[in-house]
Amino acid sequence: MGSTTGPRGPVRRLAVGAAAFLAAASLITACGSGDGDSAGGSGRTADAKGVDDGATLTMWTRAATRPQSEALVKAYNASHKNKIELTVVPTDDYQAKVGAAAGSHDLPDLFASDVVFVPNYTTSKLFADLTERIDALPFAASLAQSHIKAGTYEGRKYVVPHTLDLSVLFYNKDLYRKAALDPEKPPATLADWDRQARAVDALGGGVDGTFFGGNCGGCGVFTWWPSIWAGGEEVLNKEGTGANLDSATAKKVYDTYRGWVKDDIVAPGARDETGATWTGVFPKGKVGVMPMPSTTLGLMPKNLDLGVAPIPGPDGGRSTFVGGDAVGVSATSRKVDQAWNFLAWSLGDEAQVNVVAAHKDVVARTDLAANKYSAADPRLVAINQLVADGRTPYALKFGQTFNDPNGPWLSMMRDAVFGDGASLEKDNKAVTASLAD
Amino acid sequence: MHVKAPDRATAEHPPPTRPADRSPRNAAPRRHSRRIQGLGYAAPTAVFVTVFFLLPLLLVGQMSLDDWPLLAGDQGVNAPENYTDVMDSPLFWPAVRFTLLYTAVVTVVLLGLALLLALLVQESRPGAGFFRTVYFLPGAVGLASASLLFWGLYSPTTGPLSRILEHLGLVDDPVSFLGTPTSALLSTVFLVVWKFAGFYMLILLVGLQRIPHEVYEAARMDGASRGQIFRSITLPLLRPSLALSLLLCVTGSLLAFDQFFVLTKGGPDNSTVTVVQLIYREAFQRLNLGTAAALSILVLGALLLLNALQFRGLRRSDES
Repeated sequence: MGSTTGPRGPVRRLAVGAAAFLAAASLITACGSGDGDSAGGSGRTADAKGVDDGATLTMWTRAATRPQSEALVKAYNASHKNKIELTVVPTDDYQAKVGAAAGSHDLPDLFASDVVFVPNYTTSKLFADLTERIDALPFAASLAQSHIKAGTYEGRKYVVPHTLDLSVLFYNKDLYRKAALDPEKPPATLADWDRQARAVDALGGGVDGTFFGGNCGGCGVFTWWPSIWAGGEEVLNKEGTGANLDSATAKKVYDTYRGWVKDDIVAPGARDETGATWTGVFPKGKVGVMPMPSTTLGLMPKNLDLGVAPIPGPDGGRSTFVGGDAVGVSATSRKVDQAWNFLAWSLGDEAQVNVVAAHKDVVARTDLAANKYSAADPRLVAINQLVADGRTPYALKFGQTFNDPNGPWLSMMRDAVFGDGASLEKDNKAVTASLAD
Repeated sequence: MHVKAPDRATAEHPPPTRPADRSPRNAAPRRHSRRIQGLGYAAPTAVFVTVFFLLPLLLVGQMSLDDWPLLAGDQGVNAPENYTDVMDSPLFWPAVRFTLLYTAVVTVVLLGLALLLALLVQESRPGAGFFRTVYFLPGAVGLASASLLFWGLYSPTTGPLSRILEHLGLVDDPVSFLGTPTSALLSTVFLVVWKFAGFYMLILLVGLQRIPHEVYEAARMDGASRGQIFRSITLPLLRPSLALSLLLCVTGSLLAFDQFFVLTKGGPDNSTVTVVQLIYREAFQRLNLGTAAALSILVLGALLLLNALQFRGLRRSDES
């Protein structure tokens, strides 16, 4: 890990020297003691299962994916000698906390991160190199490749998928029936979606066609970009330093959303929705069809007859934003083998099926898309199969550009749907400038 | 300090009980011991101020001159770019303007209401204690908690306020309390006034109770009206308390963060971004501590200047 904070000049040299000496001493001690500790970030090959010797490991995860992380940790602690102490950090504070901890060399043994922020951490060398360990997994090729790609830097792999959160369309079958729509025929194109949302909205009586987080940049990338991808268009260049968010396909997507706003097809509150409550609207049963995180499927009311479908493009196609958290071992951890034991277990058949799939969450392996739990719910199979079609965008400046409520993307998306969309080209340049900052 | 010589002692002025202690010969060691004693008393505060204020301040000063990414550490001198970059940000001047506007609105509304409340509960009438407590109660709630409470109340999706207004027939559609720049500002000001009016009421109440009753009685005997009494007696004699309230209110408003971070996140459309939010954004969204520190130093400088001016006003009002 690169040096972080510290005074400059002689004091700094002294501090750095002392830290280096202590690190070297502790490394020698650790290696000599034979207690199973290993140097963080060494990348040395271990067996694919790691070490389960009763070590206590610390782990951080963000609140947004808390239920899944807690379920995995609980199951691991119950079946292993190693014990994981999980700390759930408020989602909005996560970057700041990781940054501050990295600065003081105080990162936990394991930390999960919203996958879009992972490139920031890999390039700053906050994670230990897990390349050989990941490659040694018998199911390495079946791991969600969008997460693996997001965690690969200069050819080395640093993270594995932890919790997968896909954007998918949720639609209310009861409302579809009332609106004389076929509940088994969800939208296959953006035009279908538009037509069906308007048909449901026409029911009146507090029923609305659709909903979205109109003041939430993260919601926008998560639910709008799949329509652009499904239309065969890229949103970012390969390096993540340039935006293509003013393309003809993107304009079609914005136009559709603007039409919904103009004609009041959207449930109240979309303009103000900062993302904190946007998933709470659909479960009330008054919205026809809207894109949602797949992780909310397991939290839906039992009596809500809902269907899920891939997010379509303007003229068809399908895609999804493969979000969620990826997890890695911090570069300063001295218990890499034990931490890897948890990671390897969490990706194994037992954890993926009996913990993740049982909780109606998306499995991190494409070879387990159909399993005993998903077999009982075809919606889960549909979601699991989307992993292979999905994308996780890669950009070092993702947070400050797209998630920041004062960043250029939120201005762009609000102008595109609540304004007249006239400044798209200018806004796209601002997004590019932020990405290349 | 004057030391009386023992030979000048008279029957009326008996000698000190410990004349030896007061001899000039022992004055120096006593002064030395007192100095050590004084240092001992001051040391905890000095250590506290040094560790928790001076050293961080020096570190911030250094950071403001260096390129200091949050995740990659100090990468050398980056001055004056840290300062110029932050001022080149398209959000900087709008944030400065908005912070000043917010400060002006809050100061006028908050202190006006606080003064009104203080005047209402000034006299020790039955129930005055109850109302003093009630007015002060919101002050006991943390600002972040209060912001979260109001965020819930204002939410058009889940909050009750909009529904109540609809139910009463006052509005037809859900109200977007935070949906436009003006409504977002006013909704935030409402929260802040609710939260702090009682606190400032307390300061002003103490000031009001320091004004002697005789002055009011004399004015009444001279036939002064209520308005004249308020203008010519209450306000002038309340100036020290008003100046202190003004100082606290202006400083607090210029440093506004929590309420906007929770309620508006700087929105809608970046219309409620405050200067401190910009500092947070530079540090934890753009992960650049250098520019965040530069902005902090600028804010500190502005506050020092403003506080110096206000202190001058405060002293002048004390002297008068």
